[in-house]
Amino acid sequence: MATAIRRRSLRLRRARSAAMIALTVIAALLATLPLIFILALLIRQGASSLSVAFFTAMPKPVGETGGGMANAVAGTVMLIGIASAIGLPVGIGAGLYLAEHRGARLASVVRFLSDVLNGLPSIVIGIFAWQFLVRPVKHFSALAGGIALGVMMVPLVTRATEEMIRLVPDALREAALALGYPRWRTSLTVVLRTALPGIVTAALVAVARIAGETAPLLFTAFGNQFWSTSVTQPISALPLQIFSYAISPYDEWHALAWAGALVLLALVLIISLVARFVTRSRFGAGHD
Amino acid sequence: MTSNSLYGASIGDRIYRIATTAFALSIPLLLVLLGVEIAVAAWPALHTFGFSFLTSSRWDAVDGVFGAAPAIYGTIVSSVLALVIATPLAIGVAIFLSEFAPPWLRQPVAFLVDLLAAIPSVVYGLWGIFVLVPLLREQVMPFLSDRLHLGGTPFFSGPAYGPSMLAAGLILAIMVLPYISSVTREVLMAVPRSQREAALALGATRWEMIRGAVLPYASSGILGGIILGLGRALGETMAVTMVIGNRHEISASLFAPGYTMASLIANEFSEATNDIHLSALMAVGAVLLALTLVVNMLARWLVWRVQRQGR
Repeated sequence: MATAIRRRSLRLRRARSAAMIALTVIAALLATLPLIFILALLIRQGASSLSVAFFTAMPKPVGETGGGMANAVAGTVMLIGIASAIGLPVGIGAGLYLAEHRGARLASVVRFLSDVLNGLPSIVIGIFAWQFLVRPVKHFSALAGGIALGVMMVPLVTRATEEMIRLVPDALREAALALGYPRWRTSLTVVLRTALPGIVTAALVAVARIAGETAPLLFTAFGNQFWSTSVTQPISALPLQIFSYAISPYDEWHALAWAGALVLLALVLIISLVARFVTRSRFGAGHD
Repeated sequence: MTSNSLYGASIGDRIYRIATTAFALSIPLLLVLLGVEIAVAAWPALHTFGFSFLTSSRWDAVDGVFGAAPAIYGTIVSSVLALVIATPLAIGVAIFLSEFAPPWLRQPVAFLVDLLAAIPSVVYGLWGIFVLVPLLREQVMPFLSDRLHLGGTPFFSGPAYGPSMLAAGLILAIMVLPYISSVTREVLMAVPRSQREAALALGATRWEMIRGAVLPYASSGILGGIILGLGRALGETMAVTMVIGNRHEISASLFAPGYTMASLIANEFSEATNDIHLSALMAVGAVLLALTLVVNMLARWLVWRVQRQGR
């Protein structure tokens, strides 16, 4: 009798195990469903209103069909440029410092604060940039927007650079020093160069992260209905334009918002895929 | 060292060291500057309204009286709602990927879940406005209140507008899921193999192995992941702004529109007419900043503790 009970309870336990495993499968399905829905809808809605004009034409006033987001595309490219010009050197420099001063107290403080900076809400960085860069000069500018995005890039690039440099074997550094290279040349031309593919990946991942940011731009770059390439003037950006078209009451603008979202997502995904490819080729042809 | 200075390299070394140290120092300086700028800008409002800024529900730009309680309440409720929905799913996905998924399925599913984190917030918002909100208004909300007879409870009462706390919580759940799931997956994979084998050898079923030998080992790391997700949810701006309905009111009902701190700033900042209104919005930013700082530090500490254990 005792064995009968034990057998039944074992069956029960097995059934429970199978049920829980089934639940994790359902969780995986539920987690991937929204992504598939969003992607499918984006492609369906976005592709129908996407055309060459989207990239070449300027926005048209309400009521006229057609028009594009040429200014927003150019604005996004420019903002990414400004952000990279700030975020990359600062991030790579700080990453070099962290990798070369592993045990130092300042290094652990900087490492921790860079994680703190990474966790700050983007809207807080937006109001900071406004208070610091827009308020004193009393007008919105592409420069303020680019700097806000650059600030967001810094912690991403810093931590990734540090990790990539740590992967460089010490033997390489020692070999260069033994050959009489000064430390700075060793760091820049041997260590940094070896870690370069990894750092390029990190830079691309950081760009992909900030390319879709809207909140830091709301009160800095602000948006612009006209063509502008001046750093001191307000400038449009794809996420800003998608936002203002999405909350507008007009169907033509909604269609353009979908097209803009498709372009923005494609941009982010292409950058992410290139980043993956750079790392893969590195590990394929790399060490062992 | 001496040979370096023989060749005159010490000057280059010194410049290099100063330059990298300066870049490294720029991060703490930036944070201090950010904290000071926001605190200074927020001071007039915090000074004028004092503690009632946190507890009052009156947000009146015309009379210049500001209390941020509804926004603080909305931020916490929408984020907690998101975690309640996302956490079981995220842990389920992570367990599936690290323990049960056949190898050929692991990569693609992990990639798809990670992809959720790559979609820009504003794109989620667009989807929220045109798909999620209508779906909630026409299908989900009537179903919850009429079919399931939950309309009598305070949480699901009131008219179904669409834009609501529920919509914000759902969209945030989708957005934080990849963060929780990727941290959980990493923590689960750090659990030693011997731990699993010992459980199986004692006759545990596969689920009992997870439940008894893997999850307890990983629990504080998973908690760190959840809190990291909370940090993301608290500060998320665009998608929430587009679906939460933006109303200064505390309501127990998830069907009612609300506000979060981030969406309040996003909505009113460029329309703020006078200095005290601006300062009040900055003060909202300061509260949000303080809240996310505490939450993120807690998460880092938990994850750090697990990593140190693993070593």
